[in-house]
Amino acid sequence: MNVSSVKGSMSISSSTSTWKAGDTISDQFPAGLRVLVVDDDPTCLMILEKMLIACLYKVTKCNRAETALSKLRENKNGYDIVLSDVHMPDMDGFKLLEHIGLEMDLPVIMMSADDGKQVVMKGVTHGACDYLIKPVRIEALKNIWQHVVRKRKNEWKEFEQSGSVEEGDRQPKQSDDADYSSSANEGNWKGSKKRKDEEEETDERDDTSTLKKPRVVWSVELHQQFVAAVNQLGIDKAVPKKILELMNVPGLTRENVASHLQKYRLYLRRLSGVSQHQSNLSTIISAQDPTFGSLSSLSGLDLQTLAATGQLPAQSLARLQAAGLGRATAKSGIPITLVDQRNIFSFENPKLRFGEGQQQHMTNKQQVNLLHGIPTTMEPKQLVSLRHAAQSIGNMNMQVPPHGAQNSQNNPLLMQMGQQQQQSRGQILVDSTINHAPRLSSSMGQPILSNGIATNVSSRNGIPENIRAPGYSQTPSMLNFPVNHASELPGNSFALGSTPGVSILTSKGAFQEDVNSEIKGSGGLMPSYDVFNDLNQHKPQSWELQNVGMAFDTSQHSNSLQGNLDLTQSALGQQGFSSGQMNGHNRSAAVANKAMFSTGDVKELGSAQNVNQHLNNLLVDNTIRVKSERVCDTSPANIFPDHFGQDDLMSALLKQQESVASSENEFDFDGYSMNNIPV
Amino acid sequence: MESKHVHEQIAAMRQSFFNEEVLNENFSQLEQLEGKDNPNFVEEVFTMYLRDSIAFLETIEEAMKTIPIDSIKVDSILHQLKGSSASVGANKVLKEVNKTRQVLGKGNLERTKASILELRKEYDSFKAKLEPYFQLKQANSMAQEK
Repeated sequence: MNVSSVKGSMSISSSTSTWKAGDTISDQFPAGLRVLVVDDDPTCLMILEKMLIACLYKVTKCNRAETALSKLRENKNGYDIVLSDVHMPDMDGFKLLEHIGLEMDLPVIMMSADDGKQVVMKGVTHGACDYLIKPVRIEALKNIWQHVVRKRKNEWKEFEQSGSVEEGDRQPKQSDDADYSSSANEGNWKGSKKRKDEEEETDERDDTSTLKKPRVVWSVELHQQFVAAVNQLGIDKAVPKKILELMNVPGLTRENVASHLQKYRLYLRRLSGVSQHQSNLSTIISAQDPTFGSLSSLSGLDLQTLAATGQLPAQSLARLQAAGLGRATAKSGIPITLVDQRNIFSFENPKLRFGEGQQQHMTNKQQVNLLHGIPTTMEPKQLVSLRHAAQSIGNMNMQVPPHGAQNSQNNPLLMQMGQQQQQSRGQILVDSTINHAPRLSSSMGQPILSNGIATNVSSRNGIPENIRAPGYSQTPSMLNFPVNHASELPGNSFALGSTPGVSILTSKGAFQEDVNSEIKGSGGLMPSYDVFNDLNQHKPQSWELQNVGMAFDTSQHSNSLQGNLDLTQSALGQQGFSSGQMNGHNRSAAVANKAMFSTGDVKELGSAQNVNQHLNNLLVDNTIRVKSERVCDTSPANIFPDHFGQDDLMSALLKQQESVASSENEFDFDGYSMNNIPV
Repeated sequence: MESKHVHEQIAAMRQSFFNEEVLNENFSQLEQLEGKDNPNFVEEVFTMYLRDSIAFLETIEEAMKTIPIDSIKVDSILHQLKGSSASVGANKVLKEVNKTRQVLGKGNLERTKASILELRKEYDSFKAKLEPYFQLKQANSMAQEK
């Protein structure tokens, strides 16, 4: 088999290929593991290199983060794992971590002489799969291969879970080593990945067997195209064949599109379905990231949520990615997703995730579009409800947008939403969402965010593999999802306004406190998830918005979102809760405020806190609903393992959406009118 | 005999480092990484370490002269020094680094300065001990080759 051809998807496929090269690979594994080590201290770098070589790994060293990133970008499938120092002069290790997570979705291990709890926690929240204290012992390095295996396994599993039936024979990995060598394994991974890879790497498709097939990487642009196509066709009518035609991407197969569509749908559903975890998320969020402010104790979701939450603040993208892609670096399970969502919104805001917070504001807009989709539609009152929903949805952050967007227009790629009115709203959402993403990779630009998110959302579980690609890019795409659905989610805007956004805005800390239960759910805050829109079509949107506003407690979304959405939508509608607010604290606060205002209640927006509270109020109403509605998704949160980043949110959202979609029906939402929201 | 004597000398020196806690087990780890392919690995690492850490220390000393003192910068350099010292096994130096960071964190300028002096002393002493050790080793191995 051509090992080289596999080189693509670093994740499993690449490793697999490497390992699989022949049957002997399995025997040698983990020998030959391709490690990229980054450390600005030459002494440490030298020692690490030596140790890694002693472990029989293939080592590449860099003393600058930028160099490392460019190496990774040049050869996306050329590495299996990255070891990075935390303190580096040119770029913060966590930032690098986020970038890698979003763009390449590789497992990253952080190292530092610092063993303070905060720092380690930061690593966790940013998606690091491990944290080593210097001086690093060789014994610790001997086991790093486990992270690669685990990641692949998770991706594979998620992929499967996403229901990609098309994937065909996915056989569970029998064993790490064995799997690698067994074609069956590869088939599994490859199958799913293959699809993705095929699209991206036509040349890689030549490989001898499916094993090698690199995963198709759904880059942000690609995902956007996909979303645009889906929106154009209408989510109901979107069939892979037509989408493929519309996209007109050479090398992309119908299969690729089909599996991606599946994930996207899941994502949308997730968006709508997130609700349960929100509460958890909130706690977690609060607990986790110091940046967020006083995070309350981490709840059960803990790690995951934290990761999710943590991620948001720091690297929403990473998280989103994680979420979306289902990378479970640290987090596992839905809680994360939810958290992510929340985080995304909340954290993002504080962190300025969206659109890089400050700078990207404009860019975010674009990205926000994704979100826009969601929030835009939300009317103020809906926003309010959204907030509630959002909170529950929490994670929905990403997702929310779509709902709001409800405008069909929104969807074509959340990004595009920006163009529309939703922009204002969506922006918030998008911003927030985007912020998340962009934050991570300013260089990546915002689109990435959406992709990341989007991708995550859609696949969350299943998609992770595919979506993983660009990392951020995926997220943003995720956002796109919701956008498409537009119309339903007026909430998009609401997301912002309503709630959770507030919480989001308030930056994590506030978010949690106020929102806690309510907002948390709002994963939906992710305003821009068109995905939600799609899923919910009617209902989802409402909550999506909410989610956006709220706290992304995607888990809660499903039902509550709906109700909330109405509220939030209205509320958000005005503000377009620019989840974007999440981007930076300022922004988010501003946005939140705006969003809040839209809801009317939010007026207090002035301070995120107020907003939160406001949201809380809103949420309260909705919460009830949300809670009842929650039904769905607990899982969404869980779905997104570790990476809460945008991806996670996206995926969570997506999942929620999916779940929500189902729940929605129950609720009978029609519009986002609050009245209809069954409590 | 000659070489045996030198051998013993080297061994004794090395042992004394451990006894005095100038070096810790990380040093042994480095030694284990040495092999036929890279017989001078440890020495290379130490050369690099000594060179970089002196640069760090000088930067710190300079920074301490400015007013107001950029403690963030100083702490960041100390952090780096901590990482590299820990990795090579420079035990006493590491301890001093940690102490200095602590004092710096508390904001006591005078104490910090004093601590930095101590750190510098420790470093110089470390260098003074290790360099002859490596030289001896180097000479010995060259002699053995003959």
